[in-house]
Amino acid sequence: MWAMIFKEFLELRRDRRTMAMLIVLPLLLLVVFGYAASFNVSTLTTDVVGPGATQAAAALRAPFEVGRVDPAAGDAEARERLRTDRADVVLVTGGDTAVALVDGSNLFGAQAAKAALARTPLKVEVLYNPDLKTSWVMVPALVGLILTFIGTIVTAIGLVRERQAGTLEQLAVMPFRPSDVILGKIVPYYLLAALDLVVVTLLGRLLFGVPFAGSVLTFGLGAGLFLFVVLGVGVLISTVSQNQGQAIQLALMIMMPQILLSGMIFPLDAMAPGVRWIGYLLPLTYFTKLSQGVMLRGDDLASLWLPLVVLAGMAVVVFTAAVLRFRRDLAPSQPSTGAAAGGAS
Amino acid sequence: MTWGTTDLTVRYPHTLALDAVTFAAPAGQISAVVGGDGAGKSTLLRSLVGGVRPTSGRVDAPALREIGFMPTGTGVWRELTVAENLDFVAAAYGVRDRDRRAALLAAAGLEQVTGRLAGQLSGGMRQKLAFTLAMLHAPRLLVLDEPSTGVDPVSRVELWRLIARAAVDGAAVVLSTTYLDEAERAGTVCVLDNGRVLRSGPPEDVMSSTPGTITVTDDPPDRDLAWRRGRQWHAWHPGPPLPGETPVAADMEDAVIAATLALREQGPSAATSDPSATTPGPDTATSGLPPTTPGPDTATSATTPGPTTSGSPS
Repeated sequence: MWAMIFKEFLELRRDRRTMAMLIVLPLLLLVVFGYAASFNVSTLTTDVVGPGATQAAAALRAPFEVGRVDPAAGDAEARERLRTDRADVVLVTGGDTAVALVDGSNLFGAQAAKAALARTPLKVEVLYNPDLKTSWVMVPALVGLILTFIGTIVTAIGLVRERQAGTLEQLAVMPFRPSDVILGKIVPYYLLAALDLVVVTLLGRLLFGVPFAGSVLTFGLGAGLFLFVVLGVGVLISTVSQNQGQAIQLALMIMMPQILLSGMIFPLDAMAPGVRWIGYLLPLTYFTKLSQGVMLRGDDLASLWLPLVVLAGMAVVVFTAAVLRFRRDLAPSQPSTGAAAGGAS
Repeated sequence: MTWGTTDLTVRYPHTLALDAVTFAAPAGQISAVVGGDGAGKSTLLRSLVGGVRPTSGRVDAPALREIGFMPTGTGVWRELTVAENLDFVAAAYGVRDRDRRAALLAAAGLEQVTGRLAGQLSGGMRQKLAFTLAMLHAPRLLVLDEPSTGVDPVSRVELWRLIARAAVDGAAVVLSTTYLDEAERAGTVCVLDNGRVLRSGPPEDVMSSTPGTITVTDDPPDRDLAWRRGRQWHAWHPGPPLPGETPVAADMEDAVIAATLALREQGPSAATSDPSATTPGPDTATSGLPPTTPGPDTATSATTPGPTTSGSPS
């Protein structure tokens, strides 16, 4: 038995990925659940408009944090600020009763706002998700998660299967250009993921009544960019994995933070600043912003420029790195010029 | 037309995989590359198909479109049926000749299983499918990396029938194998040891150039210099037969083992990539065995390995 235990430790010590999982995963879970796993939004960016804006702003207390105060603006500007995600709450003064417009697409923020406003005489109007349905917020984010799953895990497995079966070596010596092989491997997954995108979005509408208020083209552009990123990550994983088990292990290690820190489950606003910044490095964070913005608020290109630009940047960097790495796998082995001795197979 | 390598050296970061290897693969002939694990067989074959970039030396090979390659582990797409595998490779090489495809399938005995997934084929059938894929476009150079490893004896016979037919049809066939009885069937044999050519030439020359003396015994005096052949031992010692000894004629297995043992006795500097330049070591000289005399194919390969084509990977 001792020999078995010793052998297992020896193998574990050399299996760097499993060791990383053993060390990184507990730390990640500790950090996430310690600093990020909170549904309590303590700060709500609140704009105040209308003739009484200055006085109303002065009276606001936590969790409302005063953003822009514009006595000249009216109801239309208020709604525009919510639609473009520049504020969580906009207080419109000037009528008989001041109205608090709340962004329902920010589910936990809206719940916190409603709870806080219930103690005031203000009239509350929740926009974009009036009944504060969880499914309305989750479905757009789930679309991203499903694309991440297909793009990352399925693509990585498909490519590693080629390597494991020895057929990648075969492809490398067939009369294909590297770009033929790379595109030939990636395009099917891209198309399948795009099909899944359509199916999941339509099902989300049919089953949960999730609205689609914005432009299909804007949504398609964002999803297309996001797909390039996740497919690129899948290709990168495949280039550093020798078998499907390794690929799945690595893909899960990359997917886990996306699920927990992208704002899909726990609101980014409720996370500690350090952890929140990890979320800002993840592509799913930006796709979630984009899909919720388009589907629920009807955001247009102009108001979604930030997630689109970030996704485009990520797509260029990740996809280029993936193609270069994959091309290297297809190229002839590069021998060394240094001195060496010994045999090789 | 002769393909091959001239003074090919391939050096990996911590490994000298090939050391000035000259190897010839004439058209219409089977050239076998033999050697133990880590000898450099796969590196030599992968160099021929452009899978390895040489550190120095020359590789003469046709364009990729004219090379058929069967890597170790078959290189068939297991999730595709036999027919789909053939369709894919035919499309890649632009092969439209359905008759050739049917003839190859029939020769490989696969015509009844075209709808079966490659992953569900037996090991021997899968190897034959891989061979069929490599042959589909009628390559001028057919490179097979251990095609018969792990294949049952009957399938090995069938596979060899296909390989021999490919050579008869004019392809230069290069195969690596660990089965030395198979190497005896080749037109030329290249014995590699630690990346260097230990022996090279027609099988009969390789066998006749066996250094030292081999005897059959039930109780070898030094088991480090003996190997089992069935229920008996073959023992080797340098130099001519001792009084009372009855040496046996070496077959390919004996020849390769004896050459390896002789090299170890002499030290690694004794190996050479050019057998015609072999300076007989003391064992060979005293044994009365002739110095390694390459066959005409090998002599050609060492000096004029054939024209470098546009497809040369180097």
